[in-house]
Amino acid sequence: MSGKSFLDQLKKEFSGKITGENLTALDPWIEVSPDGLVEVCEFLKNDPAAQFDLLNCISGVDYLEPDPKKAAKTGWEPHTEVVYHLSSTVKKHTLVLKVILPRWKDDVPGQLPEVPTVSHVWRTADWHEREVYDLSGVHFIGHPDLRRILCCEDWVGHPLRKDYEMPLEYHGIRGR
Amino acid sequence: MTQPWIEGRFEENVLVTSIEQAINWARQSSIWPMTFGLACCAIEMMAAGASRFDLDRFGAGAFRATPRQADLMIVAGTVTYKMASRVRRLYNMMPDPKFVIAMGACTVGGGPYFKWGYHVVKGVDLVVPVDVYVPGCPPRPEALLEGLMRIQDKIKGHKISRQRAAAIGAKVQDEIPVPHHSGYVDAPADHPPVMDHQKITG
Ligand code: SF4
Repeated sequence: MSGKSFLDQLKKEFSGKITGENLTALDPWIEVSPDGLVEVCEFLKNDPAAQFDLLNCISGVDYLEPDPKKAAKTGWEPHTEVVYHLSSTVKKHTLVLKVILPRWKDDVPGQLPEVPTVSHVWRTADWHEREVYDLSGVHFIGHPDLRRILCCEDWVGHPLRKDYEMPLEYHGIRGR
Repeated sequence: MTQPWIEGRFEENVLVTSIEQAINWARQSSIWPMTFGLACCAIEMMAAGASRFDLDRFGAGAFRATPRQADLMIVAGTVTYKMASRVRRLYNMMPDPKFVIAMGACTVGGGPYFKWGYHVVKGVDLVVPVDVYVPGCPPRPEALLEGLMRIQDKIKGHKISRQRAAAIGAKVQDEIPVPHHSGYVDAPADHPPVMDHQKITG
């Protein structure tokens, strides 16, 4: 099965939840709305034709150009993406799902954007989601144990967000 | 005199030396480093310990797995903020006299992570006192050996007679490290971590 047929099938099953696609990109992707993500993932895992039994990775991407001059030329609005790379070890095919979120929930700085967890669909997602939460600041609703995984638990901020401010001092150790 | 002069020289098994020299000689020829690889530099430290470069020629090949038996801490690799408290703690656990080699650009001053490494201590000398800096990314094993020889030079210069009078007999309180969030030493488990200690730029 290819990306196109997946897209047709997903559109048939979850018409309102599939909000976009790009099948011409090097790595074709399908955009899913946050509220439909869990259903779509469960479908893709259990459907006999799809059988995506492996979640390769979850990536958090922060689209923000801090330089106002360059920001005018980017061609996109600031937003955050969560990207899911799926594979099927049985059917030998892959699929990329994207969830596009605002950078901050309700555009209030400091309110992390929210997306439902898929850690009960694939166990791998547990730590991947913790990492995305730690570094990119995406809140996974329903995650069993959403703590920082790489930074110290008392760390402030999410380092891979483009507007992250470097620490000047951490527990008495100066930062620069 | 028919015999060559070197023969019979130590027949009576008597050597004359000063105690200072003897102690320094013993110390400098058995610097036991602590197994302490933090990142990529550790690979080069292992190479220095392996047969081609052979750290053991200098008596420093016995890598100890505990700070209690180690004299030298080779900080080989990137020290992150998360690791810094542990580095300090291990240093405090080592018995005197103790020495520290900062190996690699990361431990000398942040190295490749100096500007954008949000998580990297900008030089391990902010955490523990460093005796010898070995620059490079990573330093060649020869460079590490050179650093080790400088430590040996440093030990050679030690004087045991010239102690400050106040230091003898005066008990120095140990600095007891309190890890900031592990919860194992004294932090109660239900204590919330300090959250606003990081000063934020801008
Ligand atoms: S100095 Fe270079 S080789 Fe050594 S730990 Fe840092 S990045 Fe790795």
